[in-house]
Parts: sequence; structure tokens; C-alpha cells
Amino acid sequence: MDRRARILEIIRQVSKPGANPEADESLFESGLLDSFALPDLVTALEASFGIKIPDSDLNPRKFDSIERIEGYLENHT
Amino acid sequence: MAFIKQFGAYLPSRIVSNYEMGAKVGCDADWIVNVSGIEQRRFADKETVVDLATRAAQDCLARANVEATELGMILLASSSSERRFPGPAVMVANKLGLHSVPCLDIPMASAGSLFGMVLASKLASVYGKILVIGAEKMSSVILREPMERGVAILFGDGAGACLITPDDGPARIVDSVIESDGAFSEDLRLPFELPLEMNGRTVILQASRKIPRAIESILTKNGRKAKEIEVFLMHQANQNLILRVAQALGVAEEKFYSNIRRYGNTSSASMLIAAAEWWQSVGFKPGLPVCFATFGAGFNWGALLAEGVA
Repeated sequence: MDRRARILEIIRQVSKPGANPEADESLFESGLLDSFALPDLVTALEASFGIKIPDSDLNPRKFDSIERIEGYLENHT
Repeated sequence: MAFIKQFGAYLPSRIVSNYEMGAKVGCDADWIVNVSGIEQRRFADKETVVDLATRAAQDCLARANVEATELGMILLASSSSERRFPGPAVMVANKLGLHSVPCLDIPMASAGSLFGMVLASKLASVYGKILVIGAEKMSSVILREPMERGVAILFGDGAGACLITPDDGPARIVDSVIESDGAFSEDLRLPFELPLEMNGRTVILQASRKIPRAIESILTKNGRKAKEIEVFLMHQANQNLILRVAQALGVAEEKFYSNIRRYGNTSSASMLIAAAEWWQSVGFKPGLPVCFATFGAGFNWGALLAEGVA
């Protein structure tokens, strides 16, 4: 499974099973993620990609879309 | 070594329901419950932060059977005091009839009472009995225009107090950790004369990481496991956040004392109000550990471990 597919799978796990957001679609503005699903998303990303995201990177804007998550992971994996 | 001698609290009498609050800010009462777990809060109409703090202090001292004149220091945490200086601590001391006891204000939102307890535990050996107070009149802040719906619904008014002593009490303070990080200081702030500004996503994201980590660090350091803790007395910010912290620690949500449904988020007063209520219904038991934890604007956060003594 490629990186984008894994990200989408995680988004579905923490939001709605059938969610299918566009790569550049805001996960917050679309209502897929709320404040309390965001920590779950970050934790799942860490587990799935074997990384530890430092507190200094815990800025919601970095995880607001599939593209932004991809970009973050490209620089940190 | 330091001990927790007693807690006290005071809540203003006026109850503000979600229906009243919803009508004020333009939202549905049920929505407030869903996003926060809050069903009502208390608002102080004419009472000031000093008034609220004094009532909580008097309640704590009366329950401890300690005279105000026995105090060696007062620490008062508040993020909503009415003026820049002098702060409310010295005004409370004056109302208690104290005119030479050192008073220190901690102008810190939400985490202030825990920081006060930690400082008191370190200073008690020098100053003797130290009264830690958390008092907030958040209604004076959240009702400023333009009102932010998602912020205004969360907060309430109230005060809590805790008496720390160097030599006796039903619980020994075992250890504590406090930390601060200004990197996200703009995400939760209260400028002078302006409404409270909060980036809820950042706050929740940071809090849901930092609170469990602080708790785990202090438990690990002292050879304790989360499941051994009798009760967690945490800042009452949001019921959903309390649930997240419980899940992160692998303990039942019921292990976290919660009164947010009745009082909302009373910032630096909330943890001590919760502790006072828990104390009056359950209280410390010999050998059983209790964990306090807070997180607030700054960000400032921490945890304190106490244990009942025989």
C-alpha cells in the first residue's frame, strides 16, 4: 500500500469509514476531523509510519489535508 | 516533605443553564453538551475574584480547623483578576485579617493552582502553612464582545483552595512535575480588554499529549502504575479531553473525578474545586495514591502525586 493510501486508511479509521476526501481538501473544514479526532490521527500516523512526531510539530495545519500529511511524512520518514 | 491538610471551595449561586448560554451566544443547548460535556455553569454577578477567593479560603481554613493567623504564605492563581496590580492575593490576605504574611499572585490560566501546590510543597518547610487558592471570574472575560461561541460556552466562575503544611495532613505530597513551553503562546491568550482567543485544535492536540505524558513520567519515577491510582483530579477543561487522557493512560474514565457538567471550565479554580468535592465525598485513604494534573495557556502543565497517610 502506498503512502497516500495508508494516510487515507488512517483518516477513515479516525473519522468516517467511507470518507474519501480530495488530496487538497481541508479535513477540518469538511467536517471529517474535529479537535478530538486530531490527536487520534497523529497517534495513528506515528504507529503506522514508525515515527515520533515531536510536540513542536503538533500544529493542526500540518495535518489539515492528505497532501499536507504526505508532505510532513516525506520530510520525516 | 509537605502534606495536604485540606481543600475548600466556593461557587457563586447563580446557575447559568445551556439554554440561557445558548440564547446568549446563538447556539443549541444540546450542542454545548455534545462538544464539552457541560450542562450548566455558575456566574458571579457582583462578586469579584477576591470575593470568590476569600470565600474558598475561609471554607478551606474552617474545614481544616486552622486560623488564618497560622498561615505563613498565600499563593493565589487567577487569570481573570480585575486589575494589573496589586493582584488578588494580598487583597484576600487583607480580608482574612493578615497584614504581614507574604502573598504571591500566579497569573496563570488553568494550570495555576497546580503550580501553586507544587511551589507550596517546596516552600512549606520555610514558610509553614501555605494556602493555595485558585479563583476565576471567567464570565467577565468570555462575555466581552465580540463573543466567540465556541469559547463562551466553556467557562464558569468559582474558587478552590488547598492548605499545604510542612508537618501534618491526611496526604503526603510524594512528587511533582511542572513544565512550560511558550512555542504555542498565541494559541490560547487573553489580551488586555479583549476577548479570550483560543485555537481549540492546537490546545486539544497539545493537551492530549502533554497531560498523559506528565502523569506517566511522575508515576514511572515513583514506581506507580496508572491503574493503581485511586482517583485523578484533573483540570476540568472539557469532558472529552478528560476521556482522552483516561484512554491514553489505559484507565477507566470513572477514575477521573468530574464536575464539569455542573460548573464548566473554571480555569485555575477547577482542579481545586474538584478536589474539594472529592475530599468531602471520598477523601484520602492510607496508602492510596491520588494524582493531580493540569494544562493551560502558556502552555503550562504538570502533575502532582500524593498519597494518603495513616
